[in-house]
Amino acid sequence: MRLLLNALTLIGEYFMFLGKVFSVPERWKQFFKKTIDEMYSMGVGSLPIVIIVSIIMGAVVTIQTGLQIESSWIPKWTVGFTARTSIVMEFCPTILSLLLIGNMGSRITAEIGGMRVTEQIDALDAMGINSASFLVLPKIVALLIVNPILIVISMFLALLGGYLVALMGTVVAPYNYIDGITSFFRMYDLYYALIKTVVFAFVISSIASFYGYKIEGGALELGKASTQAVVTSSFLLLILNLIITQIML
Amino acid sequence: MITVKNIYKQFDDFEVLKNINTQFEEGKINLIIGRSGSGKTVLLKCIIGLMKPTSGQILFDNRDFSIFSEKEQKKMKMEMGVVFQGAALFDSLTIQENVMFPLNMLTDQSLEEKLERINYCLQRVGLENTNHLYPSELSGGMKKRAAIARAIAAKPRYLFCDEPNSGLDPKTSIMIDELLFGITHEFNITTIINSHDLNTVITIGENIAYLQDGCLEWQGNKENVLTSDNQKLNSFIYAQPLTQKIREFIKQ
Ligand SMILES: Nc1ncnc2c1ncn2[C@@H]1O[C@H](COP(=O)(O)OP(=O)(O)OP(=O)(O)O)[C@@H](O)[C@H]1O
Ligand SMILES: [Mg+2]
Repeated sequence: MRLLLNALTLIGEYFMFLGKVFSVPERWKQFFKKTIDEMYSMGVGSLPIVIIVSIIMGAVVTIQTGLQIESSWIPKWTVGFTARTSIVMEFCPTILSLLLIGNMGSRITAEIGGMRVTEQIDALDAMGINSASFLVLPKIVALLIVNPILIVISMFLALLGGYLVALMGTVVAPYNYIDGITSFFRMYDLYYALIKTVVFAFVISSIASFYGYKIEGGALELGKASTQAVVTSSFLLLILNLIITQIML
Repeated sequence: MITVKNIYKQFDDFEVLKNINTQFEEGKINLIIGRSGSGKTVLLKCIIGLMKPTSGQILFDNRDFSIFSEKEQKKMKMEMGVVFQGAALFDSLTIQENVMFPLNMLTDQSLEEKLERINYCLQRVGLENTNHLYPSELSGGMKKRAAIARAIAAKPRYLFCDEPNSGLDPKTSIMIDELLFGITHEFNITTIINSHDLNTVITIGENIAYLQDGCLEWQGNKENVLTSDNQKLNSFIYAQPLTQKIREFIKQ
């Protein structure tokens, strides 16, 4: 009972926080500058991990798909086709977003929480600035733009990873793989994947900011808030993945 | 002039401020003194609107802050400069950007005007040539001074400082006191300073409010703070062996 009440209070606080965040920026110039800065640091900051993980993930998915489909009367392009479908629809948007929670989400919580603990947020409020909007809105907008871009890059890299496997091993012949990944492409799959990444981007950035913003007390709370943010947004991401899939497929 | 009327502040069931009534005067250094945990920061945050008092009124030149519309509150806040207990400089910005920040956000001045103002403020607090350093590259005392520069950048009518010289060596501490005193009188600012520094109390305390356990126990100034026979105040002023010895010495 008490737990339920706490959860409801938390949800209420979260929506009130969002209400504060989504107000018209007072200084558009500052807002754009901050958003561009955030996009740059988020994009560049997570590119290395995106590159490494995507190539390896694509390779593994291709090998495993190849091993599952080892029958002579299944057409040879099936491996590439199936691998592409899993990569585009599930692995890249979901796994990569989960990874970005650990990478970007915890960075956001630490940054905003740090500003709370050192009274920098109070300093903004004391100047009459809407600190939630000023600090958080650029981060949300930036991630909404950066996340889909990262995920599309990741899709190409994962398919490249699969191709490397085709080149090296005996799993699938390169031209069969290319044939497979270019067959029966449905634009709808890509839409589905991109919608997921946009929703996930919102969850990651807003939950991470929320937990950082609401910290009370000292630096000790920072680590706790960071963990809570990661757990909550991972959980929400998985649930939303299920819901979006139910609705769209 | 800032008037505090019947202010109560409660956290859950812990009463931090109990019926505070006092006035802070224009063009003077107003001190709020008291031991750690007596409620100084909470009172200051209530005055500047970062915390909502449970009940009571804060009047800025007889204008009630709490019934203002959001827009009026914003305008009001543009007239206030705040120096927080830990300086609260934005660590992602350089000192120059920190001091320029309120000007960028609150005014439409040209870059030249802003730079001129910034350099004046930095020079005023003795921090020339730190424009392009980051807060992490400054010492504690320099950070406090940079925070003062930021607080006065937009020419506030009200200046609030939460323990501006705690944790500083006596020389730097005196320098900051003199700086705040100078600014206050030069620009006729209503300045409120939280402090538990006795040196501050006896040198610049033109109006002193003593808090103990959330109650206002004594009010006076630097002339009568040492000679008061208020038991509670004396337990604060004469808490250290050094001050006790001096008092005994004077009595003899
Ligand atoms: N947000 C809060 N929630 C609950 N209690 C609080 C909160 N802020 C302050 N308090 C309590 O209010 C009391 C007064 O705190 P305050 O920070 O005003 O003390 P202070 O006089 O500024 O002390 P110091 O000189 O150490 O800064 C303390 O007992 C503190 O525990
Ligand atoms: Mg304090």
